[in-house]
Amino acid sequence: MEGGVEGAYAYPGTPSSEIMEKLIELSGKYRFYVEWSTNEKVALENAIGSSWGGKRVAVIMKHVGLNVASDPLMSLAYTGIKGGFVLVVADDPFSHSSQNEQDSRIYAKFAQIPCLDPSSPEEANRMASYSFELSEGLNIPVMLRSTTRISHTRSSVEIKMERKKNFSGKFEKNSSQWVVIPAHTRRLRVKLSKKQKHIKEALEKLPYNKLEESNSRFGIITSGVSYLYAKEAVASLGIEASFLKIGAYPPSENMINKFLEKLNRVLIIEELTPFVEEFVRVYTKKQDLHIWGKLTGDVPETGEFSPDTVKEVLSKIFRRPFEEKSILPDLDKLLPPRPPVLCAGCPHRATFYAISQVFGKKAIYPSDIGCYTLGLQMGGVDTCLCMGASITISSGLYKSGEKREIVCTIGDSTFLHTGIPGLINAVYNNSRIVVVILDNETTAMTGYQPHPGTGITAQGEKTHKVSFEKIVRACGVSYVETIDPYNLTESIKVFKRVKEESGVRVVIAKRVCALLAKKLDMKRVRFEVTEECIGCQKCLKFGCPAIEWNGEKAQINEQCSGCGVCAQICPVNSIRKKNNEV
Amino acid sequence: MKFDLIIAGVGGQGIIFTTNVIGRACIKEGKKILAAETHGMAQRGGSVETHIRIGTEFGPLIPKKKADALLGFEPIEALRYSHFLSRKGIAIINTEKIIPPSCVFPGKFTYPDVNYLMSKIKEVFGKVIILNALKLARESGSIMTVNMVMLGVLTNYLPLEKKTIIQAIKELVPEKLIEANLRAFEKGVNFYLTYKS
Repeated sequence: MEGGVEGAYAYPGTPSSEIMEKLIELSGKYRFYVEWSTNEKVALENAIGSSWGGKRVAVIMKHVGLNVASDPLMSLAYTGIKGGFVLVVADDPFSHSSQNEQDSRIYAKFAQIPCLDPSSPEEANRMASYSFELSEGLNIPVMLRSTTRISHTRSSVEIKMERKKNFSGKFEKNSSQWVVIPAHTRRLRVKLSKKQKHIKEALEKLPYNKLEESNSRFGIITSGVSYLYAKEAVASLGIEASFLKIGAYPPSENMINKFLEKLNRVLIIEELTPFVEEFVRVYTKKQDLHIWGKLTGDVPETGEFSPDTVKEVLSKIFRRPFEEKSILPDLDKLLPPRPPVLCAGCPHRATFYAISQVFGKKAIYPSDIGCYTLGLQMGGVDTCLCMGASITISSGLYKSGEKREIVCTIGDSTFLHTGIPGLINAVYNNSRIVVVILDNETTAMTGYQPHPGTGITAQGEKTHKVSFEKIVRACGVSYVETIDPYNLTESIKVFKRVKEESGVRVVIAKRVCALLAKKLDMKRVRFEVTEECIGCQKCLKFGCPAIEWNGEKAQINEQCSGCGVCAQICPVNSIRKKNNEV
Repeated sequence: MKFDLIIAGVGGQGIIFTTNVIGRACIKEGKKILAAETHGMAQRGGSVETHIRIGTEFGPLIPKKKADALLGFEPIEALRYSHFLSRKGIAIINTEKIIPPSCVFPGKFTYPDVNYLMSKIKEVFGKVIILNALKLARESGSIMTVNMVMLGVLTNYLPLEKKTIIQAIKELVPEKLIEANLRAFEKGVNFYLTYKS
């Protein structure tokens, strides 16, 4: 906002979604464009269009989203930009809510673009507003790379909202710049290469790189939030150390060599890959320098860091005792785990249940990225790899000669993100699979963002609502059925029919997310278990957190959302609507 | 003044909201605040922890055994994150359990006896306050205000004025829920006062 963003594009993904949500909130007041795009590639390309039209743009995604958007990014570095272009990428060390750990700094190096790496929310704020200027000055997109501990930290940040207005221009035709045919691109490639020198010069001067000298010959080179962890660890151990904090990449060779001049031992602390470490090893000319880092096995190669991680590394180097004992060691074993589960009333649970009743344990269940990956706990998820890979892995399994039934599940937003090409492919290449589109009318996992299937824009305005059935039919699927997962009896009937058919069959399981319904204050009834309960535990096996066991009978707690699926599961009809709430 | 706090509990208990109230109060008093939360899956009944650091010059994560206070919204979650609490720190724990799904079917895991857990935690930490916050929340009119009861108890230890926290609650709670939330908050504050005497 402070940098004067005029258009923002994103696909939701933890830990990046909140950035766009905040921008949406402010977009009315400060009059700029925001959109939830259908996927990250679409978001990045739309942002490119706007930038080439002269607008300052931001495009926001999580690290794995950049895999999807990497195609346009690589060539964008060649063509350059017009309006300032900031690519915000949220990395997720320890995969708190992701399918892998990735270091997006490597993408910045790959694309040969500058990358800023904040160590605190405050610094992220300063970097974000400066990055537009940097981008325009160098005529190149700038990456602002955050990690989970920056993205999901709330902090007091001083803001200066003097928005610069109207950078708007219009697209100027210039085919040698915007058309990357071989003849043009070879020239642009040389230009990009020459630009690297300017990038390094510009970055070297930035205050995000900080040299803090001491009298010690021991130093620490660090980046991102690890800088603060290292500062705390050094302070708590009472060790004297010089610090070089790197906040902009590619790091400057001069700066690193100047820092190393007075040192004979250096420790490199960074999360994810040994990115800075590799630069240091290439740059340094010192023979007598001892380097500790990920490459020597002294710093953990994987996962997220904390002040304790750095303290442990330093304790080993300085041969200090590091107490790792748990305060209550015998208790740790006593504590039952509490993983997240599908919510009470989640329509996905009902769909998984219906599928399992018809297709049983023998069938293969590829799935996708979303809340429904939690269907794993119900035996309804056999694979999950990346956005959209449920349908494609299914057709691939079928083509491998697998003879068992293959029933895959994919969410509404995920289907629109990258599911459609896979469905076309499955039909085109004559697969025999069942695709279940779990349409809960929102992007639930990341916080209920709208998508084209909801008919609502990012700003809450009405727009065209795409029809899943029409899309599916247009892909060439002739067998399509829509079910309401809360109607378990009917859903089971439909899946039985589907099982008898061949080819690619699609079932659209349509029912609004239970949490969203609660948020929207939709009316609900509650259910209770009557005296007639025979204690068979069939309803308990459904796995709804609203159903408990009192030692003899089932009982329903306050979490009940009133979906009524358990009442259809109960073999003796002992679960009924609460009288006073009907 | 520096103050490090861990809040532990279950998704849906209003932990992130409590964090926001403390954050807002800090901003009002011009104190630096950093609060790191684990969420994403948080609303789906998983275990949730937040690290709140008032006045720190370092990062958002509290080192082990360094927290000044542990606010446990649920007994086993309080214990799960108790390794962050300093031996000199204060533990405030709600005894009302939320049975995790892993304990629903007998055999695999059982929910440990809460009295036993509390006796254990008292052995290690000097200051422990145990209360049934759900009961107090119910008395104040809404079972959804467990978080405010807990915050009320904690207020006696926070380096923040009680009136600032009340102001922050008023700003962040939807209008129609303010009264119930403030009643719950006061119940927490008073619980501490009677507990002490």
